[in-house]
Amino acid sequence: MIEIKELHKSYQMGSNSLHVLKGINFTAKEGELVAIMGSSGSGKSTLLNILGMLDVADSGEYYLDGVPIKDLNETKAAKYRNQFLGFVFQSFNLINYKSALENVALPLYYQKIGRKERQEKAMKYLEQVGLKEWATHLPSELSGGQKQRVAIARAMAAEPKVLLADEPTGALDSTTSYEVMDLIQKINDQGNTILVVTHEEDIAHMCKRIVHLKDGVIVEDKKIKQVRVTQNV
Amino acid sequence: MFDIERWQEIFDTIRKNKLRTFLTGLSVASGIFILVILLGFGNGMQNGIAREFEQDAATSVWVWPGTTTKEYKGLNPGRRIELRNENYENSATMLADFIEYKSPRIFVRDVTVNYGKEALVYGIQGVSYQFQFIENAKMREGRFLNYQDEIGTAKVAIIGNKIKKDVFGDLDTPIGEFIDISGIPFKIIGVFWEQEEREEERIYIPITTAQRVFNGADRLNNLSYTLPPMENFDEAVAQAVNFKNELESYLKQVHIVAPDDTSGIFVWSAMEEAKRYYGLTGNIKIFFWFVGICTIVAGVVGVSNIMFIVVRERTREIGIRKALGAKPWSIVGMILQESIFVTTIAGFSGFIFSMGLLELVGPNVEVDYVVNPSVDFNIAISMVFVLIIAGALAGFFPAWRAAKVQVIEALKDE
Repeated sequence: MIEIKELHKSYQMGSNSLHVLKGINFTAKEGELVAIMGSSGSGKSTLLNILGMLDVADSGEYYLDGVPIKDLNETKAAKYRNQFLGFVFQSFNLINYKSALENVALPLYYQKIGRKERQEKAMKYLEQVGLKEWATHLPSELSGGQKQRVAIARAMAAEPKVLLADEPTGALDSTTSYEVMDLIQKINDQGNTILVVTHEEDIAHMCKRIVHLKDGVIVEDKKIKQVRVTQNV
Repeated sequence: MFDIERWQEIFDTIRKNKLRTFLTGLSVASGIFILVILLGFGNGMQNGIAREFEQDAATSVWVWPGTTTKEYKGLNPGRRIELRNENYENSATMLADFIEYKSPRIFVRDVTVNYGKEALVYGIQGVSYQFQFIENAKMREGRFLNYQDEIGTAKVAIIGNKIKKDVFGDLDTPIGEFIDISGIPFKIIGVFWEQEEREEERIYIPITTAQRVFNGADRLNNLSYTLPPMENFDEAVAQAVNFKNELESYLKQVHIVAPDDTSGIFVWSAMEEAKRYYGLTGNIKIFFWFVGICTIVAGVVGVSNIMFIVVRERTREIGIRKALGAKPWSIVGMILQESIFVTTIAGFSGFIFSMGLLELVGPNVEVDYVVNPSVDFNIAISMVFVLIIAGALAGFFPAWRAAKVQVIEALKDE
């Protein structure tokens, strides 16, 4: 599903060049739930941004679902993002003047799906994250956990190949964090590929595989025994 | 542009951001409003000044004699010129085609005026019956002098309304009363009123009586004329200038005044004066245009500023939309379409409101020098478009930049 080879990225900080990613090789198969761990400055967010086509690598190859991701211009990147990727951010990034339902429906608008179908689909995904009753509420009327669930529903609504979550539990308390991880596990159970960037051990162990990043290189890549939040599967 | 989904998205955004939309709209609408009102008053002022001149026989031409300052044909300078009856008659015949009304005037001096035992101190003027139209004197009671009074050297007098109030206040009417002028009784046959009270402190008697009874011989103090109305102002001015020149050259010739002597004989044309005022209103109009253009520039800057802030405020939203797969152009298009929509609606509301106000209130404005303020529809409508285009341009650049910003950067924006 995801395949990257010899990925390099450096940032220009004034006169200094900061080499953030120093040759990353990584593959993720369909249906995987991967945690990308590392301390701050290890390059994990940069990696996620490049995977999410929000940033471009200096060198290296990147295939997403067999499609080479290169020579991206804005329009092309937008198209790929819409088609392939769903994002979940630490700070939720919901549009504050739109209701939960409209936020979820927004990626479908950019897929040129009709209004009625958009609403139906969005409602379906909201129901999946258990927020059907909150459909007409604005983000400001929702709790942090609810906001993140709306954001996940929005990411899923576009039916992406890969779900990228950047510290999805970073702004939440542990109870709510587990609820969100429970949701992510369930979505993964349906066969979706998910990458979660986190620095919390317990969150990482709720995934199926942990990739450790340190100083721009992968230092450890191991399959683990997944800790389920709820044991009812 | 005709993408219904896009419109739905835009209306959605507008509906949910009422305050922002309202403020943007308000600035555009008020810009247009102020501009239209200003231009309207510029026009109103021009109309007002034109009106002011219509009131006092705008086409009148006056002649009064002076003293020569130049030697000419063997005559010394410093000679006093005196107008004679024949000057009046000849000029009237010579320029008959140009004259609407005409009258000579003589000031009767060194006479005592009494009403009963009361001494009156009002100026007495001997005039012809057409003088009423030249002065624009309106009759309140009785009648003005007529031709019969003139040929019959009738001992009749017309008094101003102020004299009636001051002297004959106790009586129902002064008509039929007699005043003594140097011991000769004159019967009051009419009362006139004028726009200015000062001009009501006059007693008019027939010119012939004035000359014969008060040793006037055939001397005259003034000649006055009005010219027939013309189609438009420029023609009227041309006619007045032409008339004035002919009259002046005739009078200078018969009185042997050097053609370039400016103080021998004075000919004054109201029309020429009016032209100066028209020139003034031209300047006023330029001033209002200047103010108007400044207003529109201020409007453009204001709209640009608001667009800039609006886009700035939406940077994060733009980032989110991009992360969800919005193409840069779709973002620019959406923001522009929204801003053009809002400025158009607001611009036209301001336009309709201000034009409506001018239409309704304009004709009822009763201020000196401001009459019927109104604005050319085309000018006003082009102002609206200028603002809309300016708003669109001003919105475009920040929108374009925002759409180009890296998603991560945009999402960091708080």
